[in-house]
Amino acid sequence: MSLNRNSLALKDHIRETQIFNRRLLIAAIFTILLLLLLLLRLAYLQILHQEHFVSLSENNRVTILPIPPTRGLIYDRNGVLLAQNLPSFSLELVPEHIPDLDATLAELQKLISISEEDLARFQKFRKRKRRFEGIPLRFRLTDEEVARVSTNLYRLPGVEIRAELARHYPLGKLASHAVGYVGRINEEDLRKLNPSSYSGTSHIGKVGVERAYEDILHGTVGFQQVETNAQGRILNVLERTLPVPGKNLFLNLDTRVQAVAEKAFGEDNGALVALDPQNGAVLALVSIPTYDPNLFVNGLDSKTFQTLRDSPDRPLFNRALRGQYPPGSTLKPFIGLAGLELDEITPGEKLNCPGFYMLKNDPRRYRDWKKTGHGDTDLSKAIIESCDVYFYSLSMALGIDRLHQYLSAFGLGKRTGIDIQGELSGLLPSSAWKRRTYNTVWYPGETLIAGIGQGFMLTTPLQLASITATLSRYGKRYKPRMIYAIQDADEKNYHLIKPQASDTVPIARKSNWQTIITAMKNVITNPHGTARRISRNLSYTLAGKTGTAQVFGIKQDEEYKEEDVSKKLRDHALFIGFAPVEEPQIAVAVVVENGGHGATTAAPIVRKVIDTYMLESKHHEPAQ
Amino acid sequence: MSLLNSPQYADENKLSAGRRILQQLHIDLPLLLSLLILAGTSLFVLYSAGDRNMELITRQGVRLMLAFIVMLAIAQLNPATIRFWSPWLFGLGLIMLIAVLLAGEIGKGAQRWLDLGLFRFQPSEIMKIALPMMMAWYLSEASIPPSLKRLILATLILITPTLLVAKQPDLGTALLIASAGIFVLLLAGLSWRLVFGVLILLAATTPVVWNYLLHDYQRNRILTFINPQNDPLGAGYHIIQSTIAIGSGGVYGKGWLNGTQSHLDFLPERSTDFVFAVFAEEFGFLGILLLLMIYVFIISRGLYIAAQAQDTFSRLLAGSLTLTFFVYLFVNIGMVSGLLPVVGVPLPLVSYGGTSVVTLMAAFGILMSIQTHRKLIAY
Repeated sequence: MSLNRNSLALKDHIRETQIFNRRLLIAAIFTILLLLLLLLRLAYLQILHQEHFVSLSENNRVTILPIPPTRGLIYDRNGVLLAQNLPSFSLELVPEHIPDLDATLAELQKLISISEEDLARFQKFRKRKRRFEGIPLRFRLTDEEVARVSTNLYRLPGVEIRAELARHYPLGKLASHAVGYVGRINEEDLRKLNPSSYSGTSHIGKVGVERAYEDILHGTVGFQQVETNAQGRILNVLERTLPVPGKNLFLNLDTRVQAVAEKAFGEDNGALVALDPQNGAVLALVSIPTYDPNLFVNGLDSKTFQTLRDSPDRPLFNRALRGQYPPGSTLKPFIGLAGLELDEITPGEKLNCPGFYMLKNDPRRYRDWKKTGHGDTDLSKAIIESCDVYFYSLSMALGIDRLHQYLSAFGLGKRTGIDIQGELSGLLPSSAWKRRTYNTVWYPGETLIAGIGQGFMLTTPLQLASITATLSRYGKRYKPRMIYAIQDADEKNYHLIKPQASDTVPIARKSNWQTIITAMKNVITNPHGTARRISRNLSYTLAGKTGTAQVFGIKQDEEYKEEDVSKKLRDHALFIGFAPVEEPQIAVAVVVENGGHGATTAAPIVRKVIDTYMLESKHHEPAQ
Repeated sequence: MSLLNSPQYADENKLSAGRRILQQLHIDLPLLLSLLILAGTSLFVLYSAGDRNMELITRQGVRLMLAFIVMLAIAQLNPATIRFWSPWLFGLGLIMLIAVLLAGEIGKGAQRWLDLGLFRFQPSEIMKIALPMMMAWYLSEASIPPSLKRLILATLILITPTLLVAKQPDLGTALLIASAGIFVLLLAGLSWRLVFGVLILLAATTPVVWNYLLHDYQRNRILTFINPQNDPLGAGYHIIQSTIAIGSGGVYGKGWLNGTQSHLDFLPERSTDFVFAVFAEEFGFLGILLLLMIYVFIISRGLYIAAQAQDTFSRLLAGSLTLTFFVYLFVNIGMVSGLLPVVGVPLPLVSYGGTSVVTLMAAFGILMSIQTHRKLIAY
């Protein structure tokens, strides 16, 4: 290394140091400036605007509150109100603002009555809700209770009286099985529903139309963004999205018919379904006994609920949809029709009825209800007088599987597809079914009693009404419909529900159907007809068929208590009918539990119902 | 000369015994002490931010200890050794960055982690040190300010890892890596004309970057930064809640463990990127002044070490590392207080998290190495 180079490097080094140090100085100045900027920003936040931010952080919290939609109303076809919303006051506690919960509860107990159940429910809700949310303690405060709590509110922080709309059923027990009821949303409901759309809603449809049309009745929840102070009181509404009220429903139900039907049962239990054969409209859906749906809206106390649940009459059981009864002789017209349509018999063909029927290689006598027998009997006579032997013979000729196939076309053994939940399917047996279920062969004797609607055969009152309507319309089938129209909440626009047709029953010869229907007309008008007693003063044409179902062996009756054995063992009385025969407007099926003979207890109920609909009910078309 | 190396101690023989030991152990006492104070503050704040979770404190404590050991270990290396290894480390880092893009693990919507069997780590963290090392090495090969040819090559060195990290996508780290490189260039005497030229060019290409290079969530962050009220429950929530936390702290703060914003769950990410808001809410403006004083001391010490360094490589590296440390601080506080958009940059040495602590302390290890390996010039 020469000295020269060395000094050059040194010079370079000094220059580089100078450059670097100048740059470092600039960087340091920048650093200081930026730090000052940060400090200014922090001073702006913490010194200049501290109060603003303190209030934002502590006193003012923006919360979003749901606004529940108003539930849609339910009317019958004539505009009679079946379900409405009435203002009701409830007491709510907000735990966050209550310094001593036990003391507050004790204080409230001095003012109004709070039951053990109220407390238990309150504790249950408390676990589910957040601390700043209101938890209901009492519902349906009386005016006096509202006044008593209101005057003491000043010393009860966190206690609030809330006005809300509560569901009310102005007709009480009437049509309760059809309309159903709403109840408080429980854990099971919570699992199924969309929590955000129900965030402001406390009740949900539990059964009947209220449940089936929950989506339409409920509406859409609204929201408001509010500024609340430290106590949670709303200071300011910042933004509001209004809820969309639920839509109103018009049912096909005719309250007048329904009321007459319910009354006609008198002391008896049972079920009745009336349909419009032209479109499947459910004109009446009766299950007796009924109950008051208003009891369920705010929760029953356990005693009332137990009484309802454990009553031997089972008022909560919807017999119209879920009661499965042997159809008995009401099935005979359909079996007769099967015989004609499948060419097993002709209308004029006669059979001698000695009062019993015997199978080959079987010493047993299958008796007719008439011990002396009906003598020479053709199909019409067999239906009019309800001859058992004729149908024993016919069902043997048809065999169970052809019978099964033909009756399936009417919809027996399947749910009708009515637009409310809970319907059962009844039972239409076949040899395949028996093999599947019991793993045994089908015995001829079983075919025999199937011919008179006994044995394994089970139908619901709804199914009976439906097949009666189908018969009256020469095979045209409709799904039973509870609702007629949906009305927008503004009460302007209607959306009519179109009838829903099912597969029709195939017709071989129309005259076959006429034969059966004429015979059914004669059941009432013929002096030998089983229902001749209801023919007096009949001003329209009526066709029908009586039935009696033996009670023993009916599974659902096993739950009946041992008391009142004699009544329990009495047969169920049935009747199916429709009118007018030429252009059917109503088809009815009724089951009177332990009512004895169909002709004496069931037929008069149907006469009253059809009379009301045909003569008294002015509007056959729903109100506008 | 000031602070510890005041003229009266210049004579090696007169150095106190303790000082001599520190020198031999390659420990810079002012730096070590201030870093220890900061680490202590971190644990103190995290105890509150993490809702008195001792497990969290223990984990961070272990990490900090590890990071201090790494720092002291690196301090033992001679700056010449560091310089020698610079290109190698950079090359290794680059390979790993490419590996991460090809086979990395995805966490929180970004591909950042490399699984090496025993442990996972982010290669982008290595780049935070490797890039300034590489650039300091390259620019100190010739005299500064660099020639145009050198400058172009240096820019390439800068851009490659930055883009690789930005693609992961990790905007925060890319920003830190890029600034470390830019600081080397600026300290090396990059002509101002060029600096302003590039700035104007950048402004012109902003629309392209906006439309093609940024991810949706990054665009959202910037949009919400401009108007947080736009999306008060979504992306703007972080900024609104943290400004409320800071502002409500006032001059004196709400007191340790008493921050309502942080303890009522209003404040998101309160142990990690938003820990400053917890600190500001609980200790107020005065607390912030004290905290910033620690940071300012560390940065001044770093700049002092850079100024005292004896060769160009050491100077450029020490200066760049110190200024990057400041960028950490500025971007984090700026973001939490609503001055800057939300970018994932932790509050250096205070935020909860492992990798960034180790990298930061490694950088301080390099600073200590530079400071303690100086050949004392006899008077």
